Amino acid sequence: MTTGTITPYRSDVRAGRDGFGQLLRAEWTKFRTVRGWVIGMIAAAVVTVLLGLFAASGIGASCNGHACSVAVGPGGGAVTDSFYFVHRTLNGDGSITVRVTSLTGGATSDNPGGGGTAAQPWSKAGIIIKQGTGQGSAYAAMLVTGSHGVRMQYNYTGDTAGPAGAVSAASPRWLRLTRSGDTLTGYESANGRTWTRVGTVGLAGLSPAVQAGLFVSSPPYARVTSQHLFGSSGVTNGPTTATAVFDHVSTHGIGPGGAWRGQQLGGDTDLVQGGGYHQADGRFTVSGSGDIAPLVAGPATLGVTVEHVLAGAFAGLIVVVVVGAMFISAEYRRGMIRTTVTASPRRGRILVAKAIVIGAAAFVAALAAAATVVPLGEGMVRRNGNVVYPVAPLTEVRVVAGTAALIAVAAVLALAIGAILRRSAAAVTAVIVVIVLPYILARLAVLPVGAAQWLLRITPAAGFAIQQSLPQYPQVSNAYTPLNGYYPLAPWAGFAVLCGYAALALGLAIYLVRRRDA
Amino acid sequence: MEATIELTGLRKRFGPAVALDGISFTVLPGQVTGFVGPNGAGKSTTMRVILGLDAPDAGSALVGGRPYRSLRHPLSHVGALLDAAALQPSRSARNHLLWLAHSQGLTAKRVDEVIGQAGLRSAARRRAGGYSLGMRQRLGIAAALLGDPPVIMLDEPFNGMDPEGIVWMRGFLRSLAGQGRAVLVSSHLMSELQDTADHLVVIGRGKVIADTSVADLIAAASSGRVTVRTTARPETMTALGNAGATVAATGRDTLTIAGMAADKIVALLGENAVPFAEVSAHRATLEEAYMELTRDAVEFRAAAAGEGLEGLSPRDGSEEAAR
Repeated sequence: MTTGTITPYRSDVRAGRDGFGQLLRAEWTKFRTVRGWVIGMIAAAVVTVLLGLFAASGIGASCNGHACSVAVGPGGGAVTDSFYFVHRTLNGDGSITVRVTSLTGGATSDNPGGGGTAAQPWSKAGIIIKQGTGQGSAYAAMLVTGSHGVRMQYNYTGDTAGPAGAVSAASPRWLRLTRSGDTLTGYESANGRTWTRVGTVGLAGLSPAVQAGLFVSSPPYARVTSQHLFGSSGVTNGPTTATAVFDHVSTHGIGPGGAWRGQQLGGDTDLVQGGGYHQADGRFTVSGSGDIAPLVAGPATLGVTVEHVLAGAFAGLIVVVVVGAMFISAEYRRGMIRTTVTASPRRGRILVAKAIVIGAAAFVAALAAAATVVPLGEGMVRRNGNVVYPVAPLTEVRVVAGTAALIAVAAVLALAIGAILRRSAAAVTAVIVVIVLPYILARLAVLPVGAAQWLLRITPAAGFAIQQSLPQYPQVSNAYTPLNGYYPLAPWAGFAVLCGYAALALGLAIYLVRRRDA
Repeated sequence: MEATIELTGLRKRFGPAVALDGISFTVLPGQVTGFVGPNGAGKSTTMRVILGLDAPDAGSALVGGRPYRSLRHPLSHVGALLDAAALQPSRSARNHLLWLAHSQGLTAKRVDEVIGQAGLRSAARRRAGGYSLGMRQRLGIAAALLGDPPVIMLDEPFNGMDPEGIVWMRGFLRSLAGQGRAVLVSSHLMSELQDTADHLVVIGRGKVIADTSVADLIAAASSGRVTVRTTARPETMTALGNAGATVAATGRDTLTIAGMAADKIVALLGENAVPFAEVSAHRATLEEAYMELTRDAVEFRAAAAGEGLEGLSPRDGSEEAAR
């Protein structure tokens, strides 16, 4: 039908290389050329900063009349280092051995007539070799506890369990701690003749002259007395004391002039009472209060965690989620998805490119916000007369960058759900219901603790665990609840739950976009 | 064989509705192929299948011999305008073209070239949301030209254009074909394609009714017809009707006669002493040819609907007659 003389058209426009990079560039061009989306990302950062500063400004002074400082342990984390210490100077290698015959609790404001009763579960009595009497200095200790048996503990966070069982006159416990260079080894015995090694630890950089002796501590009690809907829980707390009786005290390697000295370490808060000791006929009766342990956030502690000033992250996340969902659903709404698919027929790659672009944009915005609000908010907290718990530098990086990553992954989840539902409003609602709602319900203590913890395990809100700066320690009694900032999953595990949901949604979105007519 | 579209036996259902019922045709380079049919005939669905947007239930669509989804720089193979309104309203026209260019590895320089070709230079940096439909059509044309493809496919490009725009579009389509490109243009109005299309594919209810050159179609519609200009219309109708011709009144003093040669008509009118001013071979307009062509299909539709049957020969006479 044609004339046969037609020369088919040959283009002289040279196409570039085919590749994923072009698709990424195209999606980036799409993102940056819609002013509302760019403004949305900036607004997310601003909201995160403003709400964080608001949260920081709402914290009143808590250390009136006390030195506003928190001890930092050898690991860089915040520690509590308050106990009664009966000590001598140990030069070079040596050892200390004691027998503990009793550990009982004292009266508290909670239990005024409680003298002579059972000690707190984590009341501690034993022997310790410590770098010095400075707050946060390195140590290793062999100790008995109120109800967690014999332990070897070191450098605040280290904890090795020995035999279980409480001490009494009928069932005393022998403890021994030896130092050889930087190495300290703990032993325990039921009879002073057959010894069992409990643990060996290396304390790098331990100076030749260290303090060795007896110690007693008893952590403050805290009880949640009431729980209100949308309100903070009522808490009563106060100091506790414990008293231990030691005999058969022997030391090797103590230099001349090494008299015993009793001293209260730390304890300049209302939650620690001063202790004391009494020595007669080779028996030492030591009373003490406080704790030698990592610091945890809870009703019995003062101070503010790093993540408290990142409390605005959920609001920034909502804004980012709206942009993330719009980034794809706007194309469906306008029919522009057909242009996109026509330009890039391999549809799965489109969604991957979009996810990378929206995730990266959200990450950068959120990182800028987090890196701004943390120093500003911490400064504000300190100026208001409060303490920010110090954390190791890497932990702080994890909290700040993790917050940005959390928001970035939420943006990807919103994009994927937007591709699945093809409607902005529905997608935004869905993401807020699965991330922000569980987070708020759990953090505001609207739900019972158990339910709140399950929400933070199985919903994408588990990702907020990446913000938790203070770990949970089994050897420290505390209300490890979402209300106090403790998540049921470890930081990276919780983040992995969120990533899992995002990956699942993105996979489903890719499957649907490939299968559906555009 | 770069500049072609080849469709073979395309079938597509949307639920119970049959959208494409065995569409086959080829679009060749160097000419404008009009793709015509009433609204809902399956034109847009066919175009979406060509672009790999919709998957056909059966059949194949090849562009330059390859399925669209296998193309790596598709916009360098086919430039298409499906829906001029498919834009992010807050993005400027230039930025819309820019992301498209980036997706093909093309540069901003090429974007500025097609903006000039489509006559959008003065408005290129404005929000596309503020564009009139005619301007959006031009933006869609610019997007279709971006990869300088040998195949151009436009769905209803005349929609929303002012008369000046329609004239521009006709000349533009002719020049694209003149460069050796294959141009497929759909329309639901045959008149828009007058003086533009070289070839026509007519579809109705998901089937190809005609696939023919415009010249052949008009000749077929005109063939054997004769126009008679006379002041004595009733006498002429009686004389010719009695002799077995089909006579239709087409004007105040004109009749169109089918089934009788011109010389026989002159002789008959002379015998009956009927006066006439002119007897000439009839030349149909594209519109008339189209009406002629689709009449059977329309009647078939009415009959089928009346009987509630689809079982009549799906390859009915109209299609063969058109070929």
